[in-house]
Amino acid sequence: MEKQNRKGWLYLLPAFIFLGVFMIYPLVDVFVYSFEEGYNSASQTFYDTGMYNYSYVLHDPYFLQAVKNTFILVVITVPVSTGLALLISLALSSIRPLKELFQTVYFLPYVTNTLAVGLVFMILFKKTAYSDGLVNLLIHWFGGSSVDFIDGPYWAKMFVLCFYTVWVVMPFKILILTSALASVNQVYYNAARVDGTSRFRIFRKITLPMISPTVFYLIITGFIGAFKAYSDAVALFGTNLNAAEMNTIVGYVYDMLYGDSGGYPSYASAAAILLFAIVLTITCINLLVSRSHVHYS
Amino acid sequence: MKIVLEHLTKKFPSRNKKSRGEVIAVNDFSFEIPDGRLIGLLGPSGCGKSTTLNLICGLQKPTGGKIFFGEDDVTDLPPEHRGVGLVFQNYALYPHLTVKQNITFPLENLRGAEKLTKAEMERRAYDAARLVQLEELMDRRPGELSGGQQQRVAIARALVKTPRVLLLDEPLSNLDARLRLQTREEIRRIQKQTQITTIFVTHDQDEAMSISDLIVVMKEGVVQQIGMPQEVYDNPVNLFVAKFLGTPPINVFRGTVRDGMLYIGKDAVLAVKGAADQEVFAGIRPEGFLLQEDGPLHCALNRIEVMGRDISVVSSHECCEAPAVRSIINAENIVDTSSKTVRFAVRPHKLFLFRKETGERIPFTVE
Repeated sequence: MEKQNRKGWLYLLPAFIFLGVFMIYPLVDVFVYSFEEGYNSASQTFYDTGMYNYSYVLHDPYFLQAVKNTFILVVITVPVSTGLALLISLALSSIRPLKELFQTVYFLPYVTNTLAVGLVFMILFKKTAYSDGLVNLLIHWFGGSSVDFIDGPYWAKMFVLCFYTVWVVMPFKILILTSALASVNQVYYNAARVDGTSRFRIFRKITLPMISPTVFYLIITGFIGAFKAYSDAVALFGTNLNAAEMNTIVGYVYDMLYGDSGGYPSYASAAAILLFAIVLTITCINLLVSRSHVHYS
Repeated sequence: MKIVLEHLTKKFPSRNKKSRGEVIAVNDFSFEIPDGRLIGLLGPSGCGKSTTLNLICGLQKPTGGKIFFGEDDVTDLPPEHRGVGLVFQNYALYPHLTVKQNITFPLENLRGAEKLTKAEMERRAYDAARLVQLEELMDRRPGELSGGQQQRVAIARALVKTPRVLLLDEPLSNLDARLRLQTREEIRRIQKQTQITTIFVTHDQDEAMSISDLIVVMKEGVVQQIGMPQEVYDNPVNLFVAKFLGTPPINVFRGTVRDGMLYIGKDAVLAVKGAADQEVFAGIRPEGFLLQEDGPLHCALNRIEVMGRDISVVSSHECCEAPAVRSIINAENIVDTSSKTVRFAVRPHKLFLFRKETGERIPFTVE
């Protein structure tokens, strides 16, 4: 038994070493840096230890802007994308002709490059000297006045960012939900039909509880993914996100490390740890809430 | 509520895309099921019995024919308006709901004038639960129940709306042998108590024979015979029915009728008056053999199986379709096990003649 045990650990060792070097050590390091003031990675020196980094970051208007943007993004895109994905996959699973075609169409964004999608969105929304963009053409057609979605007011930019994020994350959710819906045993629906259950009640009382573990999985990963948003914003608004008021927390961390204002690993670490704390809290709340609503068979 | 099936037919498009044929699951089924009876739909798998059940409950639409409940034509009604309760083979209990929630589920669907109050629902749920003796388990979830208990929840759920017709699809197939005996008694009791016309589907002839008022034997979508269990057993219309009913199964011999005498091999077994000269299949029920020292049928003795009340003599005959001839005789008989052969006489009413080509029954009279 003892020998068996040692063998087991031996087999796990390679994975442990890699995880240790590339995951655990950096995590611990970031935690340590976040308390070291003015850490310099070249000279490996710092002035002092303490809470100053956190205090700086929390008073930095750019960080506060990034937190606000990220929260708006999370609060809007997670429910909207999950809800829409649920509706679309319900529709997909109830049609027969052209089902495969629609499934493929809905899955296409998943295999498309983020930056390429960003380019398409530019064409749709960006105002240039020559054209107002496709969306503005539509707005004109309905009698509205044109809006600059890329360099214009805050709400317009936020709308484009949310629209873009929802569009990018939806295919994966649709894929997962369609397979979850397909795995619900048809016999439950037959039983419900014999009892004359309305379609809405079938959905609420049978379908939803049966796929609740999948929905919950999508919500948790959706929250985490949205909190880590960065590349979407870059694809739409370029790298100078602070100027565009469209920065996210991860974007702020990146800028602190490498951006124009770069070279502040201590601030970056503090911001990263704050993000970690936020995600952890939200995930714990999610888990608590889910306990009474998710049914594992 | 009596149920009338008129020329009921269900065809499915063939799965094989190349051949454009159709599979006929139910073929021209006409039958009137009397009110308040327990009917067993019996047949081997794939004979169309489950399809018939689905047609009656409305989950599938017939290709042709009509279904009446009493005087109402329900052929085009959706299942919820037919007033049927259906118990599924794997019960189909909602795993995330408690027993009570499962039983009240159909009641909560009632709308408009039929809508019930909470208290009324509760009362009805408890009535149904009491009928199947489940009151103690109302707050459990299906996952925490045994197979037999789940079965009873499914029956309670089907009965709670007091349906006009109760349908059970292979109700006992997921239970172990002991529970099966118990549950089939239970089904019989519940049916007697509620007096609801009940149809159940099974491939187990034992099950069907033991509790049904009437059994319907089906083969490849075609009804073979309808009758009271004993009647069908004693008087099968063809070789298929004869073979399908009875454990141990009937012994089938290749035989010849010549001058009103049935010959099996060289043995002149029985005088069969009225049967024309021809090659036949002769079926003899296991209990149709009598040990007799000068009996006409000579068989090679293989072994004796003691079953307590009876003994089973396993022998063989070159004309028998099966490798062994199984006969069941009273244990008072003493069989000489050292002997190589055993001789039987045959009880005339336990022997049936069938046409070689069609398997149809050939009538004869015994002198």
